[in-house]
Amino acid sequence: MHRLPHQVLKNGISMEAIEVTQGYGRQSSWYRIGLFGGAYSNYLALEALLDDASRRGLSSLYCLGDLGAFGPFPNRVCQILRDTGMPIVQGNYDNSVGNGFADCRCGYTDPRDNYFAKLSYDYTFQNTNSENKAWLKDLPPGLMLRIGRCRILLCHGSPRKMNEFLWQTTTSDAFLNWLLEKYDTDVIVGTHTGLHWHREPSPGRHFINCGAIGRPPNDGQTTVVYTILSVEIREPSNSEGPSSTCSNVAASGVKVDFLRLEYDYERLAFEMASEGLPEEFIETIRTGWWTTCNEILPAKERARGRY
Amino acid sequence: MSFEQTVPYFEEAVRLGVKEFYFTGGEPFVNPDLPRILGTALQIGPATVLTNATLFSPELVRRLAALRDASIYSLEFRVSIDGFSPETNDPIRGPGTFERAMRGVRLLLDAGFLPIITAMRSWPIEQDAARLESFKTCLARAGYQCPRIKLLPSLKIGQEALRDHGYSQHDYVTRSMILGYDTSQLMCSNSRIVSMRGVHVCPILVDQPESLLGNRLSDAKPVFVLKYQACMTCYQYGALCSNASSAASGLEKWDQHGSD
Repeated sequence: MHRLPHQVLKNGISMEAIEVTQGYGRQSSWYRIGLFGGAYSNYLALEALLDDASRRGLSSLYCLGDLGAFGPFPNRVCQILRDTGMPIVQGNYDNSVGNGFADCRCGYTDPRDNYFAKLSYDYTFQNTNSENKAWLKDLPPGLMLRIGRCRILLCHGSPRKMNEFLWQTTTSDAFLNWLLEKYDTDVIVGTHTGLHWHREPSPGRHFINCGAIGRPPNDGQTTVVYTILSVEIREPSNSEGPSSTCSNVAASGVKVDFLRLEYDYERLAFEMASEGLPEEFIETIRTGWWTTCNEILPAKERARGRY
Repeated sequence: MSFEQTVPYFEEAVRLGVKEFYFTGGEPFVNPDLPRILGTALQIGPATVLTNATLFSPELVRRLAALRDASIYSLEFRVSIDGFSPETNDPIRGPGTFERAMRGVRLLLDAGFLPIITAMRSWPIEQDAARLESFKTCLARAGYQCPRIKLLPSLKIGQEALRDHGYSQHDYVTRSMILGYDTSQLMCSNSRIVSMRGVHVCPILVDQPESLLGNRLSDAKPVFVLKYQACMTCYQYGALCSNASSAASGLEKWDQHGSD
């Protein structure tokens, strides 16, 4: 991985540009990266993720934001991520905690959802040290990756708004195509809603929600989700010109795999209880069903849950 | 609008990158073409119908369920009720409307829909929790165990202006109020409404002549000046006509963080 020394500007949004495959071998192969978001202070799932990614030999990992919320001891996730040095996109939670805003700007509209969001935000804000707050404040709102010729935009909610919800059943292909065109990219990856999904709205162009590792995706399982994005890189044919540099390699395929991650959720639940976090949050960790934040779900996503 | 009248708007909406559709009225189900129109909408994106739920028959709801099941997108119903009993609802909505609406809600529930019950806040905001609790009890009696409820702030227009004294002469959004305000949470920054007369800026202002921006969606893109008193309510509460799943609370624009 090679970080370019400059920032790129996409529709007024400053993003860090990363040429992922610089220095990478020239043979035809799949280049695999790990993508995750919504850590929500679940440092145990984050540790499990790092182990899993290492076991699978992933080339690199990217975090799409929302480090705090929901879980206990918010400094732990910050410290682990800072130690790895991996690229991280800022989420609305990170933006709020880093800038000392009054709330998480999660986009809830229901009084009960906002009640729990406030408990969670106040706990996270009070328990995040000032060094981590300064670090969260300076995270970039987007990252542009290039793997071969495949351009990948990493954001938190949507490229145009950090806390925009892009749900599987309320996001049209027409809108995804518009976003991909406007931001001049082949793949957009986000996380904000915490529910993973993938669609190819037009041939060769993709939207991916990489899921959240902080809490299960409301399907009755205690495991959490992260994503492996595989981009096929092959040497260009002679007609495509000389292949002396790696940036000439062509991306000819994209594969998306959602992985379920086991971690010690009973320990997390115990620690959440010891920190006085709401019983409703602990139930979600133990059962895999969302007990709060349900009012933001669209009809089809809501119908899949228990509440 | 007839089905045929909507077709060119759907085609144009796809070209412009439409994200979702809302259908409102009057009562949209008065239009016999609505199921066919919804069928087209649901091939393109998600659809929400704002209804009083009084016109549902078992046949109609079965047809709507089939449209839902054939689409990858959500079909939402927002059912407008103004009180949790005939005594509180019917004086606002009309005699017998509460019972008919609850019958419609039961038909939707039986078909696997999860209607969003929408009520305009006709009480002080501090009473929200208590009112919601009563509402939930009433809906549980109708068989809706974890009801989805959306409270709307009162728009002081029409009948509501008579009841709640309307806006004061100072209720205007001024230029200085917009400075630093995240306008992306206003529906008029990202939505348009189509009627038989053409394309309007928003559903609240359809009766204002100046709300008509053109005949085509692409003619109606310019930024709209928030010069009506009802704009004050949107300014205060954000995208009040959109569903919670599409709402996004105010947020600094990214370019304010940018280095260039």
